[in-house]
Amino acid sequence: MCGATQGGLSVAGIDVTKEAVIQGRVLRSGQPAGSAYVRLLDATGEFTAEVPTSATGHFRFFAGDGEWTLRTLAPGASVDRVVKATRGSVTEIDIELEAAAKAV
Amino acid sequence: MSRQEVLVDADWVAAHGTDDNVVLIEVDEDTTAYDGGHIAGAIKLDWKKDLQDPIRRDFVNQEQFEKLLSERGVGNDDTVVLYGGNNNWFAAYAYWYFKLYGHEKALLLDGGRKKWELDARELSTETVTRPATSYQASPPNTDIRAFRDEVVAAIGLKSMVDVRSPDEYAGRLLAPAHLPQEQSQRGGHIPTAVNVPWSKAANDDGTFKSDDELKKIYSQAGVDWDGDIIAYCRIGERSAHTWFVLQELLGQKNVKNYDGSWTEYGSLVGVPVAIGDEPGTN
Repeated sequence: MCGATQGGLSVAGIDVTKEAVIQGRVLRSGQPAGSAYVRLLDATGEFTAEVPTSATGHFRFFAGDGEWTLRTLAPGASVDRVVKATRGSVTEIDIELEAAAKAV
Repeated sequence: MSRQEVLVDADWVAAHGTDDNVVLIEVDEDTTAYDGGHIAGAIKLDWKKDLQDPIRRDFVNQEQFEKLLSERGVGNDDTVVLYGGNNNWFAAYAYWYFKLYGHEKALLLDGGRKKWELDARELSTETVTRPATSYQASPPNTDIRAFRDEVVAAIGLKSMVDVRSPDEYAGRLLAPAHLPQEQSQRGGHIPTAVNVPWSKAANDDGTFKSDDELKKIYSQAGVDWDGDIIAYCRIGERSAHTWFVLQELLGQKNVKNYDGSWTEYGSLVGVPVAIGDEPGTN
């Protein structure tokens, strides 16, 4: 999970030794979803941050050590994914909206 | 104030956004968002370039605010409808400026840009220009703005609401988690301030919760409705959102936004700081 996956955002310019980065892409049927919002919730479910995805579906957070939930909102979809973050590493995740929508 | 006087929904904006006396204004943290598409007819205010003094750490003064709004074509009698990203943080921050400088008819679009997008409503990339005006601002109303000395004096005496996330309040994070965490100031919170994250006041889609729900949230946190209330966050924009909730939605008259917030307080020499999840003592 901690290795950079294909299409991952460049971490150039970020001191990753001091940050617990969570980043990835939001996809709809495998294609980047540019009009989605990703919310970062802490271990108690409390809101911590939110970003809109870029045109390429990318998002990034600077979290802390521990378990986090990514709640992705897009027109007609809401998906929760749990991730672990560690200071000094980059956690990469792809979030597929369609697969989750089918699972609901 | 009541909800109907300060909030509009997307249907209202769709119906009245291009009326003669209505000015839609988008205010974002990511100032490129507007350029990628905005609500038809909306102009942009850049929260940093337009709303901050370029040299001193302060926001635009009365003359600068007058010049800005005159150039952008906002009139004193216009109904200003503000919206933006980040669940309206920066739109609420701009709304607070408009009130600080005495603008009468200001509204927020409930849910802001996010709700508009999640509802798959149209965005326009057309350039919007408005004819210049001669905007007259009132002297700043400091009844709604708190400064650091007042905040230090309020420890243990007045209700203070730290509206950052629990991890920022406790000192485990130094900034909202969409920003890098390296900061110059110390982590923690102002002793005796309670933590009610701004997000408690909003639904996932960015719209505000009902008045009853809101009242309950702050009451449970121990906010004293009969006394003065000071809200703060990191740089004053999330606390403008909570200021909007307390003063404009719930009608409290004694609420101040401490816009110096944690980036000022956490850098002060000699002031008390509490860390961890509890408010702490004075």
